[in-house]
Parts: sequence; structure tokens; C-alpha cells
Amino acid sequence: MILRVIGKLLIPFILLFALYVQLHGDYGPGGGFQAGAIIAAAMVLYAMIYGLSTARRVFPDWLVESMIAGGVLLYLAVGLAGLYVGGNFLDYFVLDADPVTGQHRGIFWIELGVAITVCGVLLKIFYLFTQRGQDQ
Amino acid sequence: MNVTEHLPILQVVLPLASAPLAVLLRDRLAAFVLVLAATWAAFAISVLLWLQVGESGLISYAIGSWPPPWGIEYRVDALASLVLMLVSGIAAVVLPYSRASIEREIRPDKHYLFYAMFALCLSGLLGITVTGDAFNLFVFLEISSLSSYAMIALGKDRRSLVAAYQYLIMGTIGATFIVIGVGLLYIKTGTLNLADLGVRLQAMTSHRPVLAALAFLTVGISLKLAMFPLHQWLPNAYAYAPSAVSAFLAATATKVSVYALLRFYFSVFGETAVFQRLPMEDLMLVLALAGMFVASTVAIFQDNLKRLFAYSSVAQIGYSVLGISFDSVTGLTATIVHLVNHAVTKGGLFLLLGAVIAGMGGVTLARVQGVGRVMPLTSFGIVICGLSLIGVPGTAGFVSKWYLILAALEKGQWWLVFLIVLSSLLAVAYVWRFVEVAYFHAPRADLAGAREAPLALALPAWTLVAATLWFGVDTSLTVGSASRAAGQLLGIAP
Repeated sequence: MILRVIGKLLIPFILLFALYVQLHGDYGPGGGFQAGAIIAAAMVLYAMIYGLSTARRVFPDWLVESMIAGGVLLYLAVGLAGLYVGGNFLDYFVLDADPVTGQHRGIFWIELGVAITVCGVLLKIFYLFTQRGQDQ
Repeated sequence: MNVTEHLPILQVVLPLASAPLAVLLRDRLAAFVLVLAATWAAFAISVLLWLQVGESGLISYAIGSWPPPWGIEYRVDALASLVLMLVSGIAAVVLPYSRASIEREIRPDKHYLFYAMFALCLSGLLGITVTGDAFNLFVFLEISSLSSYAMIALGKDRRSLVAAYQYLIMGTIGATFIVIGVGLLYIKTGTLNLADLGVRLQAMTSHRPVLAALAFLTVGISLKLAMFPLHQWLPNAYAYAPSAVSAFLAATATKVSVYALLRFYFSVFGETAVFQRLPMEDLMLVLALAGMFVASTVAIFQDNLKRLFAYSSVAQIGYSVLGISFDSVTGLTATIVHLVNHAVTKGGLFLLLGAVIAGMGGVTLARVQGVGRVMPLTSFGIVICGLSLIGVPGTAGFVSKWYLILAALEKGQWWLVFLIVLSSLLAVAYVWRFVEVAYFHAPRADLAGAREAPLALALPAWTLVAATLWFGVDTSLTVGSASRAAGQLLGIAP
């Protein structure tokens, strides 16, 4: 009971903090990797309180696997966007008329891709470890 | 956007992008078609790059438009373009084969993941070759290694798990050594760009940390290329991996490691540091000879054909290393030619062994008795590849040994010529073990009805066998590119 109440209180703030780390990565410590790890930590906490089967209904396996692939694809898409607009691969300068804004824009999407993949990989590892001996 | 300018990055990005897409599709046929398209596109790109390098000599590509040495540079020269063509070419042949082959060896619901791993491994190997940045090289090395551990572990035999784990441990130690070496170089010079490192290190070839970096990199890369005596992971990994994986890794992974070694020795440290400050010449000569003789001898006593030819790979790597130890254009030409020739030969051989597994259910010598009668074509192919391993004229293996002997004669080392020929006799012995059971024994009663391999397996395998014969006769592509690359490495040709 206590766990459920505290968990309900904590998880939104953990997610909010993850977003802060994600978006503040441009200016201070943080970035996609750390934010992805924090989001995954919130989900692991959720799974520990409400049970694994509930967690796997909320974040099904196919979603976790697609997150792993989707983040990498987003990263590559940013790289190819640079190519498409007329620069080199991963060229952020050309993503906006103002090169500095272009750099900000590029790294924003890159870090988002990193966060999605890191979160997906950590959850996949968590699922693989917790389901050992149950599926066979 | 002009596509031809961006070929160096597309070379890596196309296979890399096909991996997550294959995971998203979650369907084995769609994943296969996608990865196949990416692989064939990669091969086409590598051919275009090879043509471009033939005209201009060097292609440099600045990722993110950050000019080198600040940004990551992709750099294609004669050697890199040849290795790119080799790796993507082998992948283009092995992937169609793998579809029919993993049908029998891997659970169907894992197939799309296999294709994703294959695409990742390919992009990692291509990345190592194309990059001009030391840390980028390490990252790609990890991508290719991690995916190959996963692919080896997919083998049907449960021992594949242990083999993959063994490779994981050894590979990780190797990668750690490499990153320590790169770190030392970065501390000394403040740059990670390989070409820039090459310029800056010339002034500090006697500095202790630089020599330590050279030692770390040598040991780390030697683990990856399975140089004797650091080859312990290789026989099990090749023997228990799925057939298509054995063929792909045997033909590419160690070759790309040799490429990395050449790159660090000749483009980064330079001959002074490698051959004068440290006794690499003698060290590599001794280790190469030990590998040639010990591994060939061990191969003779194997009962599993995949293990037998895995040990033969360790011996053949010895020939490549021997070429490096000469530190001459002919020696390096021999090394580079042997990379290509051995890759084609061993790739074909392991593909044919996969066909034998499909027909006979295994490749232990007891099981393949009389395979020459029930699967005559496949056995004949194995014999051709075996002749190439021995170095019989008319096969690719002869060309490599010819240049090795020329390099030895250039140095006036007659005794080495004798040893090279003697080690070929050991190859005769282990190839003969196959010939004996295949042609001079009757097939086992329960296997007498085995059929010749289906076309889906035979066609890719015979493509490589044909290449083995072709490169034994027409050497303009292999030796021509190799001598050009050797000249460029030693700074003689432009």
C-alpha cells in the first residue's frame, strides 16, 4: 500500500526529471543516454511495484524492441537529413538558415534518438533477466 | 545532393540502417529482402569507390562537415577500397546462401534478428575499413564483434554458446587493449585522426608511451585477427557457429583485423617505430612461422572438418603476418593478396561445408565418409579450395605463396622459402584427410541416400570456388590492387 502510494507520487517526477536531463543536455550535464536510463529506471520501479505482468502489458515486448530500433533510425534519419538538405552526413549546420540554430536542432533529435534506444535496451535487458525460467 | 560525393558514408550507413528496419519489420522474408538490398547496394558502392580511388588515389569525407583532423574523417585509399570490396562482396554472396542455410539451423522466429545482426556485423566491418579516426575504428570494431558473438551463439550445437562466450571474453580483452593504445596515442598527440597521428608521431617514435601504445595495439589487434598464440577463441567459434556465419566471419573478420594492423603499423606509427624501435620484424616472423606450423599440425589431427579448416585459418593468417614482417613492397603485396585469396577460398570452403551439413547432417570425418560419391559436386568444390590452401598453381593460394616466396628471396632468406614450401606439405596432409574419407570410403549405410546440395546453397558456394580459380589465373585485379596498396602504405606510390 505504502509502496503504491509513494510509487504513484514518485514516478511522474522521475519522468519529469528525465525530461529535464534530456532537454538540458545542450547546456549542462545530461543528454539522451542519461535521460533514457532514468526513464528506464522509472519503468523498472513501476514493474517492481505493480508486478511484471502489468508492466509488460503497459510496455509490451514489441514496443520495447521497436524502441531499440526506432531510436537508431531517428539518429540515422537526422544524419541523412543533413545529406538531403545538401550538406554531409550528420551535418547540422545546414538544418537551419542560421548554422547555430541548425546545430541545436540537430543535436536535439540526435539526443532524442539516443534516449529512445537506451531506454529500450535497458528495458529489454530487464525483461530478459526477469523472465528467465518463466518462458521455457 | 550529389550521391557520388557521399559514397564513403553511404557504404556504412545503408547496411547500418537496414538492421533496425529489419527489427521493426519483424518478418523474416521482409527482413531478408531489405538486408539483401542493402548488402548488394553496399557491394555496388564499394566497386564505385574502388573505381574512384583508381582515378583520384584518395577520397576524404568529413562527417558533419567538420574538417579533419577535428571531425571524424572517412578516408578511402587503395588498400581500404580493396578491403571494402572484399568484405561487401563476400557478404553479397553469403547472405543469399544464409536464407536457405539458417532455415535448418535457427528457430524461424529468430530469423529477422539474424538478418539484423548480419547487417550490423557487415556495417561494423565496413566501418573499420572506411574510417580515418582511431576511436571511430574502435566503435565499429565493437559493433562488428558484438554482433558476431550473437551470431555465433545462434548455432544449433549447444557448444556454440560456450564458443561465443569464449570469443566474447577474448574479444573484449582485445578491444580493451586497443582502446588503451588509442588512449595513449591521444594523450601524446591530442588527435584521433589516423593521418594526423601519422604525421605527429614521426617526431616521437622513441617516446616510451608511444611504444607502449604500439604494444597494446599490436596485442589487441592480434587477438582479433587470431595471430598465433592468441587464436584460442577461433576454432570453436568457427566450428559451432551456423554455417553461413562461419563462412562470413572466416572470410571477413580476421581479414579486416589484418587491415587494421596494417593501417596502424604503416599509416600511423610508421616503419621506424614498428621495425626499428621495437623488434617487431623478428617477433612477427617467429609468431607467423609458429602459427603456420603448429596450427597446420593441429589441423591434421582434427575429426571435425569445420574445426580442421578453422585451424587451417590460423595457419593461413600466419602467411599474412609473415608478409608484414618483411617490411617490403613485395611482402605487403603478398599479405594483401593473401587477404583476398584466402578470404575467397575459405569463404567458399565453409559454404560448401554448410552444404555438406545440410546433406549429411554433420561434418565429422566419420559422418562424411564417402561424401565424394553421394555429393560429388560439393566434394569436388572442397577439393578445389583445399588445393588453393595448399597453393597448387592455377588456384588463388598459389599466387599468394608465389609473392611470399618472392619477398623472401628479395631478402635473401632461402631457408624461409624452404619453410613456406614445407608448411604447404602440412596443408597437403590435412586436405588429404578429407580426400581420403570422401573418396576412398563407402558412405555410411544410413547416409547413402543423401542428395547433392540444393541450388540455393550450391550457387553462392560455387561463386566463391569460381573466384578462387579465377584469381589463380587472372591476377590483374588482386595483385594489381594489392601492389598499389602496398606502395601507398610504404609511401612509395602516390
